[in-house]
Amino acid sequence: MADLRARTAPYRAVLASRVRAQRSYRANFLLDLTSSLLVGLVELAEVWVVFRSVHSLGGLDLAAVVLVFGVADLAFSLADLGFGHCDTLPTYLRAGTLDVFYLRPQPLLLQLVTSDISLRRLARAAVGIAALVAGLALNDVPWGARAVGLLALALVSGVATFAAMFVWAGGAQFFLVDGAEATNAFVYGGRYSATQPASVWTRPLVVVFGFVFPMAFTAYLPVVTLLGLPGPAWMPAWLGWCAPLAALWAWALALVTWRAGVRHYQGGGG
Amino acid sequence: MSTPRTIVETEGLGRDFKVRDGVRRRTVVAVVDLSLRITAGESVGYIGANGAGKSTTIKMLTGILVPTRGTVSTCGLRPVPDRKRLAREVGVVFGQRTQLWWDLPVRESLRILAAIHSLGSVAERERTDELVERLELADFLATPVRQLSLGQRMRAEVAAALLHSPRLVILDEPTIGLDVLSKQRLREFLVAERRLHGTTLLLTTHDMGDVERLCDRILLVDRGSLVFDGTLAGLSRTVGAERVLVVDLAEPTADLAGVPDARHLGSEGGGLRQRLAFDPEVTTAARVLGALAGRAEVVDLAVEEPDVEDVVRRVYAARR
Repeated sequence: MADLRARTAPYRAVLASRVRAQRSYRANFLLDLTSSLLVGLVELAEVWVVFRSVHSLGGLDLAAVVLVFGVADLAFSLADLGFGHCDTLPTYLRAGTLDVFYLRPQPLLLQLVTSDISLRRLARAAVGIAALVAGLALNDVPWGARAVGLLALALVSGVATFAAMFVWAGGAQFFLVDGAEATNAFVYGGRYSATQPASVWTRPLVVVFGFVFPMAFTAYLPVVTLLGLPGPAWMPAWLGWCAPLAALWAWALALVTWRAGVRHYQGGGG
Repeated sequence: MSTPRTIVETEGLGRDFKVRDGVRRRTVVAVVDLSLRITAGESVGYIGANGAGKSTTIKMLTGILVPTRGTVSTCGLRPVPDRKRLAREVGVVFGQRTQLWWDLPVRESLRILAAIHSLGSVAERERTDELVERLELADFLATPVRQLSLGQRMRAEVAAALLHSPRLVILDEPTIGLDVLSKQRLREFLVAERRLHGTTLLLTTHDMGDVERLCDRILLVDRGSLVFDGTLAGLSRTVGAERVLVVDLAEPTADLAGVPDARHLGSEGGGLRQRLAFDPEVTTAARVLGALAGRAEVVDLAVEEPDVEDVVRRVYAARR
């Protein structure tokens, strides 16, 4: 335990300073919180607007979609809170901050991840929680150990999967010039598709966000399994339990990309 | 003292970069074939024009870049695989990038760095107090970094890089943009740091005052190769660095050509001020001045030391 404390001390010192710094610019922080909250609300409102004209989307009704939105959005905002700054790597590359990381006795990726924390995402997470609670209340959830377990599994895996997306995007920046635009399509596109029923996706979307970046596993599939809804033909309903596997796959993809990126940066082949 | 310990050693070190040139890719050789050895406690100036390969070398010494060829050992470690251990032995000051947190007070940045380097609380306090005193940081310890003047910021940067008492300190253009007084303070600090702790210094610079006051050895690189290794005086001798005698005359005089062992460089103000170059190995300022006695009345004079920037230029010119 003492060893763990000593090992994490460098990261905790940086993170604590980031938290203090964000809180010390109070007006700025409140503005950030508010804008973050508004964005979250607008995206939730979008779901509601869609359901003004249809009663069901891809086999899910409004209540189920709100639940999908809640799970996905909560997981995404928590991942964004801790990992969202990973795709700002080009800024670090240009400012030479990455070279500074090399001069410190910690792993690069851990330094990058713990170099910042975006507390304003808490507002966004609040929207996610609200949607999640509403979704759970509106739906006929078969409560029990199974439901709680599935939900917890989905949330933890979802956070991990989205976090992996940010790390993947960070690794990809080494290869791309001003690559944030390109990776945003997958990171934020992924987030958006995660809040939608995967059953309405077109085939390319299924390939990209169903399997390569396993977005369907972050919310849609667990919710389908939870509510006992008929899943789409190409995805059996029990796939909802496989969210941790999807998270593992996403992390494997992220770490391989990151590693390749670092090797590319250092020029050690690869 | 036993046998002097090697702190940096490279053998045939080289690094290429692949750059995209339109659709084609071409290879740029940044460092060709560098073999050098630096002993613990030395103070070495690593100089050369922009693009000569200085930064690339530093990045290979510190494990940021993987060499394309050759071997490198820093503090007895292999920089890339042993990067984390090496980080505890080396401190790097970049003149143009910061390792401080711009929105935090200096004191806070130092505290975080102490945690990053796992300094014990006693070591942290002692070293911080030492650096605060010797770099005169006390007045702005509580000031956020973004509000510091450049001179203050550089002192804070140096404190940040040296907080973990590294054996080897690498400074990349440490005095760039500083005023004369700030440069002087920083140089004095580095001289004292070396004397007190036996720290090895390796610095790249365009500022010849840095070389003259800080370095007892010079490594000069040109197009990725080492072209000189020795003292500043030795470098000046190698390229026959001339000194310049500047004389202010009582009245406008024709060009003072034909002075023995001296070369007329130019005249200003219709011949009121004239510049004569001479080689200190061949003659002295006094003899040149003596030779002028019959030809003009000298009102004032100055002898210009060789400017190392100029020396570097001359080495380059001689090689091309």
